[in-house]
Amino acid sequence: MTDTDWPLWEVFVRSRRGLSHTHAGSLHAPDAELALRNARDLYTRRGEGVSIWVVPAAAITASSPDEKDPFFAPAADKPYRHPTFYEIPEGVKHL
Amino acid sequence: MTATVPTTAALALGDDALVLSHRLGEWAGHAPVLEEEVALANIALDLLGQARALLSMAGDEDELAYLREERAFRNLQLVEQPNGDFAHTIVRQLYFSVHQHLLYTELAAGDGPFAPLAAKAVKEVAYHRDHAEQWTLRLGDGTEVSHDRMTRACDALWRFTGEMFQPVAGLDTDGAAMEAAWLESVGDVLRRATLTVPEGPRGGAWSAGAGRQGLHTEPFGRMLAEMQHLHRSHPGASW
Repeated sequence: MTDTDWPLWEVFVRSRRGLSHTHAGSLHAPDAELALRNARDLYTRRGEGVSIWVVPAAAITASSPDEKDPFFAPAADKPYRHPTFYEIPEGVKHL
Repeated sequence: MTATVPTTAALALGDDALVLSHRLGEWAGHAPVLEEEVALANIALDLLGQARALLSMAGDEDELAYLREERAFRNLQLVEQPNGDFAHTIVRQLYFSVHQHLLYTELAAGDGPFAPLAAKAVKEVAYHRDHAEQWTLRLGDGTEVSHDRMTRACDALWRFTGEMFQPVAGLDTDGAAMEAAWLESVGDVLRRATLTVPEGPRGGAWSAGAGRQGLHTEPFGRMLAEMQHLHRSHPGASW
């Protein structure tokens, strides 16, 4: 038996209420239910999360490294686009 | 620990957890896929934690785990059965974890000496049970090969299942009700997995069932030798 037949899944974990799900890693699993269980075993055994998403890696459309400049470069020279001029109110931990 | 701790029961439940933990640990480095290896190791570690707590109620955990002879162990014969193929391991998990889940649920609801431990362990065991059920469904209702292997494993381990419901001194549980619930749950999973519920004996003269009295099957001695040899070679060693 090999694992080459099993599709790849990307795992997203919400570490606390109020935070977004963030990418934790990937794993192989035969279907979504087992992917969720494998994700629990691999990524949330030490209290790292309160919610897990698994997504078939094939379902993710990613930007290409070749398109780096048109996609990302223009933003850097327009500082007014960045939310750096706001003061974060006290007590807001995750904005 | 107070003098009211039922040592016999603590040993029985502790040995179940310890021995099955060791068997599952044997998959490390050998599991079919990496993800499953981690899953089995996690289950093994849950069981090891339970074993440590239970054996500590009965005496010194290291002494009990590493320095007892085969005849002094009180675990079920089911948990000492070799891993076999993956199907064999999954069926052993199914048979045992459904039983353990029913048992710990009942213990957690009571106010006996095992209630605090059971309340914590029942969540772990619920996951073990889910893991076994998920795999039973997929392997039973999978390919022809996986179906055959599951059938073989279900039949081979069936004769070790009656012992789980024999009374244990110090455990105030309803064995008959638990057995009925077990048969219903396991039967339901097997049927949904397109497997046949075995018809062979689960107790009585021809079947196994004396692990609680210290009588074990042949592979258990070798397992113990491997489990204990390091401690016996280096008595009192620590990290």
